[in-house]
Amino acid sequence: MTHWLIAPIILPALLAPFIVLAARHHIVIQRAFSVVGVLAMIAVAAGLAWETSDGTIMLYQLSDWAAPFGIVLVGDRLSTIMVLLTAVLAFFVLLYAIGSKWDERGWHFHALFQFQLMGIMGAFLTGDLFNLFVFFEVLLIASYGLMIHSGGDVRLRAGVQYVLFNLIGSTLFLFALGAIYAQTGTLNMADLAARVALIDAGDTVGIRLAAVLLLLVFAIKAAIVPLHFWLPSSYAEAPAPVAALFAIMTKVGAYAIIRVYTMIFPPDLAVTSGLHTTWLMPAALASLAVGMIGVLAARKLDRLVAFSVIGSMGMVMVAIAMFTPAGITAALYYIIHSTLAAAALFLIADLVRSGRADLSLVAMPPVAGAALTSALFFVAAIAMTGLPPLSGFLGKLMVLDAGFETPNATWIWAVVLCSSLISIVGFARAGSTLFWKAKSIPVDPDAPDAPADPAPAALSYVAVGGLLCLLVAHTIFAGPAYSYMERTSADLFDPAPYDEKVLTTPGKLSDATKEEEH
Amino acid sequence: MGLELLVASAIGILTAAGMYLTLRLRTFPVIMGISLLTYAVNVFLFASGRLTVGAPPILTDAATYTDPLPQALVLTAIVISFGMTAVVVMIALGAYLGAGEDRVNDPEINDEDTTERSI
Repeated sequence: MTHWLIAPIILPALLAPFIVLAARHHIVIQRAFSVVGVLAMIAVAAGLAWETSDGTIMLYQLSDWAAPFGIVLVGDRLSTIMVLLTAVLAFFVLLYAIGSKWDERGWHFHALFQFQLMGIMGAFLTGDLFNLFVFFEVLLIASYGLMIHSGGDVRLRAGVQYVLFNLIGSTLFLFALGAIYAQTGTLNMADLAARVALIDAGDTVGIRLAAVLLLLVFAIKAAIVPLHFWLPSSYAEAPAPVAALFAIMTKVGAYAIIRVYTMIFPPDLAVTSGLHTTWLMPAALASLAVGMIGVLAARKLDRLVAFSVIGSMGMVMVAIAMFTPAGITAALYYIIHSTLAAAALFLIADLVRSGRADLSLVAMPPVAGAALTSALFFVAAIAMTGLPPLSGFLGKLMVLDAGFETPNATWIWAVVLCSSLISIVGFARAGSTLFWKAKSIPVDPDAPDAPADPAPAALSYVAVGGLLCLLVAHTIFAGPAYSYMERTSADLFDPAPYDEKVLTTPGKLSDATKEEEH
Repeated sequence: MGLELLVASAIGILTAAGMYLTLRLRTFPVIMGISLLTYAVNVFLFASGRLTVGAPPILTDAATYTDPLPQALVLTAIVISFGMTAVVVMIALGAYLGAGEDRVNDPEINDEDTTERSI
């Protein structure tokens, strides 16, 4: 049994306390360890993704206890690709945090950053629902600290809302887990998949309740309308690199929905028929509409980006809510695109802020470095709104194509196309006000609120440029990426190898070991 | 049967009171409400392994035993919810001391502020 599967969790878990205890007062050492740690994590994640790319299911039994009794970590195509995405995103976000000196504006940025990564990696890798809850809490408690990093009244108020909303989510999660355990007597995902299928059609109250509660919890994480209210304030007020890292957190919700509602509660399961298969699609379409209308209505750039995150999560959920292999494939392709695009936009919003008093969408005199920033904004906006030639366009095309054969095709096409138009208008308005109209404002040398900040550091541009290059690569290699996602979603709809690997690998207390002892 | 009724109604009352307090818009009642909700969910988790009176949580030769797993789960849940409540109290206190008020909702957007800045 290889131990590499737990490395993405162990590495940050050891690094974070080390940074707190040994390097508290030395920002340079903190930065060095943080960057080296994330680079090592990219290497491990790439290795895991390579290992599972041929369809191998990797299994790690903690303390060698066999599956339904012990906690297991499982690496398949889906979870390793999400781990790799997180590690790569974390690297560029970290570069930006160092370049823009955000990490110096408060305590323990790097330690909290590592703990956050630990939680996210754990959530992607775990094969146990209660363990998923625990890793959710790890990533949340680190995110609370990061969210209010460097303080400020507005940020603290947004932080309180964020924490309270997530506490309610955690409570719902526990209610769901209790109901599932009471009904099935297990919390291991593979074991649950087998036992839920055996539930008698006359005794489904508990399991239907649990399925709905669990969907609510993941919907809060993924910010699906009407559970999205926490997102705009939190993401807009969070420090820019933190908001960029949070771009992956909504995807944790999407990942959990994909995992649980294809494996444990597959769409053709009789006991949960008419629940998520019926109700997720309207909610997803509403998220898409609300997000993109919010983009048009936003008065500040950071709010605009936050609403575009809701919109792009809506797009992901539309694709997921079809619950067809083609839909999930499109969703997975779009998840990668949307994570990179949203993170880049949050960082660009911070670049814009560094030359201005605030991010209100009103014309202000031009500042140094505006040409490069506006070019980056242009590219990122093209990606986010889904215009050709970037991956947003391809992603939308895949969603539309997958939706063509579903019964809701008319609704999907109408909402996706209209919301795209609205978001294009919204981003065009924001960009032209911020960058274009600035030329028409005369520069007043005696302006009292002229910001004294110097132009952003080169490293910040490298970080944003790196994310945009990844988007370009995601476009160029769309063919291989799509066929990989196709295989990934085929795995999800045929979970037999996954279940078999998890449940029949010998370990302490497993059937095979017991027979040997007797 | 009496025990089930007692535990079920305790969970119900705690949840209802918690929900009511959570819907207030001041931090203190909201935090109290969330505390009540976490108590409710702890009892709920504890009961998810069925209620067995006077039996040990280990497999022995005796005919009855209590399911030990929910007890382990509830222990984890208690620790996590305790820590989370402590964190939210600290952040809420910071927000209260900074802003001078303890409302949870966003303040009304003041239109005059924005126009002033744009001039």
